[in-house]
Amino acid sequence: MNTPAVFPAPAAPAAPGGADLGEYVRRHAAADLVVQPRMGMSDPEEMAAGVRAVAGARARTVATLTIDSYTRVGDESGARDALARQGRINGYPITVHGPERTAAVAAAAGDRPVQVRHGSAAPGPIFRTLVRAGLSASEGGPVSYCLPYGRVPLAESVAHWRDATERLAGECDALGRRAHLETFGGCMLGQLCPPSLLLALSVLESLFFVRHGVRSVSLSYAQQTHPVQDLEALAALRRLADRHLPGEIDRHLVLYTYMGVFPETRDGAELLNEHSAELAARAGVERLIVKTPAEAHRLPTVPENVRALRRAADAAARARTSSLLPRAHDTDHGAVLEEADALIGAVLELSDDIGTGLLRAFEQGLLDVPFCLHRDNRGATRTAVDPTGRLVWADPGALPLPRRTGPSAPRRVRAAELLGMLRYTADRYDSLGALHTRPRPLPRIRESLLTAS
Amino acid sequence: MRAQLSPTPTGRRILLSTVSSDAHTWNLVFLQLLLEELGHEVVNLGPCVPDDLLVETAAAEPFDALVISTVNGHGCLDGARLARALRADPRTAHLPAMIGGKLSTRGPDDTSYVRELAEAGFDAVCVDGAPETLLHSFLGALPPAAPVRALPSGTS
Repeated sequence: MNTPAVFPAPAAPAAPGGADLGEYVRRHAAADLVVQPRMGMSDPEEMAAGVRAVAGARARTVATLTIDSYTRVGDESGARDALARQGRINGYPITVHGPERTAAVAAAAGDRPVQVRHGSAAPGPIFRTLVRAGLSASEGGPVSYCLPYGRVPLAESVAHWRDATERLAGECDALGRRAHLETFGGCMLGQLCPPSLLLALSVLESLFFVRHGVRSVSLSYAQQTHPVQDLEALAALRRLADRHLPGEIDRHLVLYTYMGVFPETRDGAELLNEHSAELAARAGVERLIVKTPAEAHRLPTVPENVRALRRAADAAARARTSSLLPRAHDTDHGAVLEEADALIGAVLELSDDIGTGLLRAFEQGLLDVPFCLHRDNRGATRTAVDPTGRLVWADPGALPLPRRTGPSAPRRVRAAELLGMLRYTADRYDSLGALHTRPRPLPRIRESLLTAS
Repeated sequence: MRAQLSPTPTGRRILLSTVSSDAHTWNLVFLQLLLEELGHEVVNLGPCVPDDLLVETAAAEPFDALVISTVNGHGCLDGARLARALRADPRTAHLPAMIGGKLSTRGPDDTSYVRELAEAGFDAVCVDGAPETLLHSFLGALPPAAPVRALPSGTS
């Protein structure tokens, strides 16, 4: 299965937790969906216990260290202060704990890969620490970890990411490991971004990683509002990756369970989680980042995460043989493929350097994320949910969409409509969850409503 | 409820922002659309706005009101600090200001922070899930807009 010339075996045996993420996924994805939580605790012992539980779950798992919000913005002293004052913060402060302690935490994963998830527009210090801790896998991107969440200028993010990606790839190579980066571009703002733009950003960020030395990548896409539209998007993403990435680059697709406003009832949330696993299975996606039913109310516990991983793996296994959804490659995905390719092509024409192309494209509105308030995003585009539940362009702004796929006439989106669209999936799944025949449907709903308040 | 309100005030110039620690933006996107539909002009500063950037922006141009929306649960602390900075600067000491959203991490029953936010300098604090109603009365209670910024009649 492994062709040595294409996927060289690590020169040195991987340290525990340092397993090659791309290779692990490639080895198992034919038989099982690989599932992974978002999980970050500030205490190293607790983090290690979480990693151990994920690695021991009855599923093909990748373990996660999710970084806290201070470390994300490079505020190491803020992380130290908050830890000292409150005892805990909202993620694992990797630079505070340093490489040695992080290596000990990651060792709890045994032979499973460990990925560091962070959200930083300047990931250099995080990458440096994870490499010294014996790890090699992370995620993000110059656009996706800049535009949605902060005020860092896009040009600065591109420069930081260029430098950090080259160092990550180079340092891993020197140590006989292979760096892996996953794009976060398939998830802009979590919801209400039409699929073609998500695909374009995911492909462009993966190309950015590859041009800066990374040889193993994954391309993300976040579940949106309509399962068949999502299947079309994932079929197109696979073809776009094959079209644009050099043949020798290891790649797989990763789906995120819905990232927008989450259903509030347990049944609704569980149904949405199951549907995302079914979507992953029918799309042939190799890896899924799962959510838990606790998502709408608080950070999930370790047992809740493990249960969600197992349920997702089971739902995917069932859907491989039996599902009402078609398989992705059987869907008619020509329109989304054409639209995404037009966006990618427009950026590639602007410069031989992907980062420069991205900057110019945002400046000219050739890339423009709907409802994104960042100063370097033009903000002329708008999304709508059409009557069938698909995401469509209400206003494509200056995006270079092919004539046959764009909207007939741009229109405004009003405040009340936006509110409805933001809650579209949550409301739908809360209703579906209430209708779903389950052993004890009503008591469970009441219970979750009580704990929600 | 809506029928009891005074006619919609329009034509105000509003500075819309959140607090320094808050990266959420959908609340800001929604409020901008809502305020624009009500006929106001909005400058939206986006997520994670440092106190000094907000005070400088509010001082540099004429605004009729400041609207702060925050949902990360730190509004009670960050908002109070921001209001004190706003009131300490003579250029912004009298700018009408309101704050709303999910202002504490202790759940909807905790409103102990309202007094502190008001004492720190906010003219209105919105704690419930009906921002439209309070926004409406807040904007309706503003002093008359400066003549240079008044919209032509017939727009309300």
